[in-house]
Amino acid sequence: MAAISREEVAHLARLSRLAVSEEEIDVFAGQLDVILQAVARVGEVVAEDIPPTSHSVPLTNVLRDDVEVPCLTPEEALAGAPDVEEGRFRVPRILEEEA
Amino acid sequence: MPVGVKDIVATRGVPTTAGSRILEGWRPPYDATVVERMRAAGLVMLGKTNLDEFAMGSSTEYSAYGPTYNPWDLTRIPGGSGGGSAAALAAYEAPLTVGTDTGGSIRQPGAVTGTVGAKPTYGGTSRYGLVAFSSSLDTPGPCARTVEDAALLHAVLAGHDPRDSTSIPQPVPDVVGAARLGATGDLTGVRLGLVREFGAEGAEPGVMAAFRDGLDALTKLGAEVVEVSCPHFQYALPAYYLIAPSECSSNLARFDGVRYGLRVGDDGQKAIEEVMSLTREAGFGPEVKRRVIIGTYALSSGYYDAYYGQAQKVRTLITRDFTAAFEQVDVLVSPTTPFVAFPLGSRTSDPYQMYLADLYTIPTNLYGGPAISVPCGLSEGLPVGFQIMAPTLADDRMYRVAAALESAVGTLTPGELS
Repeated sequence: MAAISREEVAHLARLSRLAVSEEEIDVFAGQLDVILQAVARVGEVVAEDIPPTSHSVPLTNVLRDDVEVPCLTPEEALAGAPDVEEGRFRVPRILEEEA
Repeated sequence: MPVGVKDIVATRGVPTTAGSRILEGWRPPYDATVVERMRAAGLVMLGKTNLDEFAMGSSTEYSAYGPTYNPWDLTRIPGGSGGGSAAALAAYEAPLTVGTDTGGSIRQPGAVTGTVGAKPTYGGTSRYGLVAFSSSLDTPGPCARTVEDAALLHAVLAGHDPRDSTSIPQPVPDVVGAARLGATGDLTGVRLGLVREFGAEGAEPGVMAAFRDGLDALTKLGAEVVEVSCPHFQYALPAYYLIAPSECSSNLARFDGVRYGLRVGDDGQKAIEEVMSLTREAGFGPEVKRRVIIGTYALSSGYYDAYYGQAQKVRTLITRDFTAAFEQVDVLVSPTTPFVAFPLGSRTSDPYQMYLADLYTIPTNLYGGPAISVPCGLSEGLPVGFQIMAPTLADDRMYRVAAALESAVGTLTPGELS
């Protein structure tokens, strides 16, 4: 049985904000199935009592003194943006048109 | 001293693409910490080097700007993701380069181009200013033609950085001194661990032969070889290909067509979500899309425990394997990669075949320790890399053994350049 269906790939692409084509979904469904079947091998390991590791450095709550340090100017921060208006990032429409 | 910098490391005012269309033309407003440190040490930036898009790949064929070729054979891959950094060294275009290693992206290109590549201890070099791929694994490090050069660059790059919350507040081990000690060719009393489980995984015969020659050379210098068992290493590749895509699906959410880079489809009518989806569709290549989708899947409710959660537990067990092994031996050794440089195009249609290139390099990334690849000979006229893995924060140990091996077998130069 396939680990992942064509419909699931399309759904995951939507969640990932990827406007994939029908052709891409066909290709990806087969490839992702191979990959997921392979990585599912982690399930063979008996690990109920094993704590998870998120990263290898045992640090928690890395804090610094609350002092001002130099940072980017607004111009520098906006310099790479695709669209800028009045010193701000300009974004496409975020609300539906009013009826 | 000129240095090439992998194009996933932010360089102020100089385009930084991460090998992706989505960042085409973007000029970072700041330098990465490793770049800052190199400038302070007097190193001059020669240029940016090619890579698989967002450092996801093992051949540099996934760069949006075209592949890099292996100076040993232009029909073959230079490894990946840092193929550009390694090829520039092998072709004598740069004496030093910087790479980043998430699953082997410094070491595997070093192996297949006959150069030296070192992955420092995770947290030993700062991630500040790296375009993030998998934050719990990404580690910048040195690439060079000799072990001592790699150590000298390592010493410049490494050290605590308050701007990286996983940077380790400890002194950098004396990697240069260790490389010079190793170059004297005495390894009396050094114990090398051979991972039993790697034997069953099947490297090419020519790769195994060159690795055995390297091992013989080290025993002649006084090292002792001990077989050790790391029973969970066989699950490292599956765990990695869940953890790295999960982190990447989260990290790459920042490419939304608002703050930097590409924006596609903004005609004044389309809503932001649609513009975002069109932008990411146009800006990302196929391997990045595959990993974002896998990561989204592994992190979804209903699958989280079976995939991402389980992979994190396996990560704990792999770390325990390393810890137990290092109670018996000083370093672990293996071939760096199971096969020599493969022909361009031979693994792109089957992504999982590409992933197998990282079979021996990935366990170290999950553990967080340092590892180095150093040339140990040729197979069918192509370079073979010898990997030395050391305990966390014992980066000096791997440099000592690597320099000793180099003193015995010499460095490699492509035929047409020698």
